[in-house]
Amino acid sequence: MTTPLDVIAPRVLYCHCAYAAVVPKATKEAVLRGLTDAGVAFDAVPDLCELSARRDPVLGDLTGDGPTKLVACYPRAVKWLFHAAGVELSQNIEVLNMRTDTPDAILADVLGTPRPLVEVTA
Amino acid sequence: MSALPMADAKAATVTRFRVAVYESTGAEPLDAGVRGDLVAALLAKGYAVTVVRPGATLARFTAGTLVVLGRFTEAKPLEAADGPVAIHFRDVATLTAAQAVEVVDGLRGGEALTKPGAWKPWFPVIDYDRCTNCMQCLSFCLFDVYAVSADKKIQVQNQTKCKTDCPACSRVCPEVAILFPKYRHGPINGDVIGADDVRREVMKVDISALLGGDIYQALRDRSAKSKSRFAKERDEDRALEERQKCLVALGKSLEIPPEVFASLPSIDEIRTKADQAAARATAALADR
Ligand code: SF4
Ligand code: SF4
Repeated sequence: MTTPLDVIAPRVLYCHCAYAAVVPKATKEAVLRGLTDAGVAFDAVPDLCELSARRDPVLGDLTGDGPTKLVACYPRAVKWLFHAAGVELSQNIEVLNMRTDTPDAILADVLGTPRPLVEVTA
Repeated sequence: MSALPMADAKAATVTRFRVAVYESTGAEPLDAGVRGDLVAALLAKGYAVTVVRPGATLARFTAGTLVVLGRFTEAKPLEAADGPVAIHFRDVATLTAAQAVEVVDGLRGGEALTKPGAWKPWFPVIDYDRCTNCMQCLSFCLFDVYAVSADKKIQVQNQTKCKTDCPACSRVCPEVAILFPKYRHGPINGDVIGADDVRREVMKVDISALLGGDIYQALRDRSAKSKSRFAKERDEDRALEERQKCLVALGKSLEIPPEVFASLPSIDEIRTKADQAAARATAALADR
């Protein structure tokens, strides 16, 4: 059975890094506001680190198999956080780093790329 | 900060709960400001959120509870089910972001979600591209954060037992293979590792070698000395002071926050734990 919601999945995943001040507050707020203002579809999680510590299955759900722009922090950290939760990131996943890159650069990358279409299984 | 009561929950015990801000077929788009406030408020409360726009929809969601918020133009049932997915539709046309979050809180009810911010997610993450499975981290950590998997590989098993803001084990890893994603500086935060970083980390291990090849052995020796010296004088306060001085010196070189010392086991417990960890490491290495 499919729900009326099953059409195409967004493949942008934003990490809000909620529980520590390692990502500059201004950067994450500007990126989030940029995504919501642009009116694009995306997924957002409060804190990937916390999901990894819990081995939360949502990590596997949110990355899936298709290409994904994952907006978080250092790619090496993100890769091994997912691994620790039992989820291997595919080659299709590009990690954008809010600790080093400007909101403008991140938003240009994310919003400038057409989002691929992926069927959902729910 | 206190550790989560989840005690290193495995996936099977995690409740899947997600909120969809729905602006596709059968609903009107929200104003950009309203959408922004709503998503920010939900994230701040610890909810995973999906913004669903025309031509796009949810990422895979195979089980759990899904709350769909929107300004619906078509009648929606309050509750629906899709196999193992329980769906709740709620119209937020007349609600502020804070009120909409309250609605979601109500639907979450007694479901065992982590209380947002109850625990700073601070724990080591191993970069297996670099790790040589030498087991130094297992021998070093006093809090049982590390363990050995069935196939004899080092792994981080008890994340919530890690001491917040203590990156000490990353300093004893000779391969710079231990990350703390929420650490301030590279390469421990996951930044690219340069040749200088590797040299610097190796030097840090040499610091421990200077202390006698094993930091905890050094601690024990130091403590034993102070004990024998002061036992005669029955001056336990001075023995404690001596031990604390030793720990503070180590703390500085390994960047261990003072709070960790406050929760350190007694010297006898340290001895037992260090011996147990060393035995586990030796067994894992011997079996390979
Ligand atoms: S993955 Fe990076 S950005 Fe996300 S919560 Fe962890 S440290 Fe913060
Ligand atoms: S100390 Fe470093 S290299 Fe050795 S087992 Fe631990 S993570 Fe791996």
